[in-house]
Amino acid sequence: MVRTYFLLAWTWTRAAAAYPASFALMVLLGFVAAALDVAVVLIIFANTTALAGFSREEVLFLYGAAGLSFTLCDTFVSNIDRVSQHIKAGTLDTFLIRPAGAWVQLTTDRFNPTRAGRVLQAAVVLGYAIAALGIGWERGWMIPVMVATGVVIFAALWTLAGAVQFVLTDAPEVTSAFTYGSNQLTQYPLAVYARDLVKGVTYVLPLAFVNWQPGLYVLDRDDPFGTPGAMRFLGPAAALVLALLAALAWRQGIRHYRSTGS
Amino acid sequence: MFGVLRAYVLIALWQARPGLGGYDVADAVTFCFVTQAFIGPMQLFGGGLSLPERIRSGDVALDLVRPASLQLWTLAEDAGRAAYLFVVRGLPPMLLGAAVFGIVVPADPGRWAAFLAGFAIAVVISFGWRYLIALSVGWLLDDRGVAVLSMVLTTFFSGMLVPLNLFPGWFGDLVNALPWAAMVQLPADLYLGKAPVLETLAVQVFWAVVLLGLGALGTRAVRHKVVIQGG
Repeated sequence: MVRTYFLLAWTWTRAAAAYPASFALMVLLGFVAAALDVAVVLIIFANTTALAGFSREEVLFLYGAAGLSFTLCDTFVSNIDRVSQHIKAGTLDTFLIRPAGAWVQLTTDRFNPTRAGRVLQAAVVLGYAIAALGIGWERGWMIPVMVATGVVIFAALWTLAGAVQFVLTDAPEVTSAFTYGSNQLTQYPLAVYARDLVKGVTYVLPLAFVNWQPGLYVLDRDDPFGTPGAMRFLGPAAALVLALLAALAWRQGIRHYRSTGS
Repeated sequence: MFGVLRAYVLIALWQARPGLGGYDVADAVTFCFVTQAFIGPMQLFGGGLSLPERIRSGDVALDLVRPASLQLWTLAEDAGRAAYLFVVRGLPPMLLGAAVFGIVVPADPGRWAAFLAGFAIAVVISFGWRYLIALSVGWLLDDRGVAVLSMVLTTFFSGMLVPLNLFPGWFGDLVNALPWAAMVQLPADLYLGKAPVLETLAVQVFWAVVLLGLGALGTRAVRHKVVIQGG
């Protein structure tokens, strides 16, 4: 499965690299477009020294950690969004008769390597924040764990969004509000949001485990909402549960798929 | 959804710095949802015009032989779309904002008139800008690069991401004088009653005229340049 994935991704990469100038430009523009969110953070902190009790470097740390997870998924999984087009056009049939998993084929469908610019941007911000905050290994070991947790959570979200499109064929906007909305939500410390919203993204949709709960551990801070310290380490478990749910939903979706077209 | 998240960030900022940029918290939240309502009608994330696709497919040949100006034809189409999207995509976010946070609703009919005038001109400015971007396809043959560039410029410099009065120093002054400010920041300020009405409308009309003028020049040039594709 992993081998198939990279084989397919590499095929699309070679296709995209056939126009090198356009390829380089798109990577660069992706980098610039993603940097806008950082510019917003910097402008906010040009006007204040703390946002909901968090300093500029701390916000950038949370932003970078979530951004790295999200952009990795945006590169490697988000192509599954296109499943609704394939369902409508009836082209999903061709995916199903090929001797490879439908999920692997759909996540690499028109794989777009130019999104690497966004990944790079998030990694740069995260690296800067870690250096500026002087985070050492005694708490920094959590950072790779939280990025991996975030990748699993976002990948599961995209898979769920894809599975939902078997039912709501015509509503990719509804599901993208969830996937891209999650990205926007995790860019800032959850302390800025209302208590009920934070409860929702902790216990219902476990977005708080992408960067907030483990991030509090790395930054050595107490949760302003008063959750117990053990919550900081529940991320991988929450991600696993969500991934299992997503896998089940996806299988159900595929199983109930009825072809369209003539 | 996105508006709600943006509103929380702005609230957190204004709680840390009350009265920042001449707004109070209610003004900041209102700004957020009023500008959210602009996204659809002004197509702030780009697109909305079918022209790039028609240039690429060669259909633009038909548009060019019509006995009507390509620019005005496209403007008419876009204005109709904007009016429809204002109702369908513009009012719901404002109602949502009013229900969740409570937004400032001007009681003075004069302010409403000023806002609606400013909004209408802003739609024309947004058209003028997107039309220029669309025309560039006549030279570039591919609109993806310029589309991203346009989205970056429009969302950032219009006040869509953060109100422009937060931009520091000379950078803020510069940004406020650019055409993108006339799309979002100025009509939102008219709604909030934070801007001198006549002066603001004059700046907007200036940019509308400049962009439409450039568009007219571009239309003339593209006539000689455009490659009709297809077989």
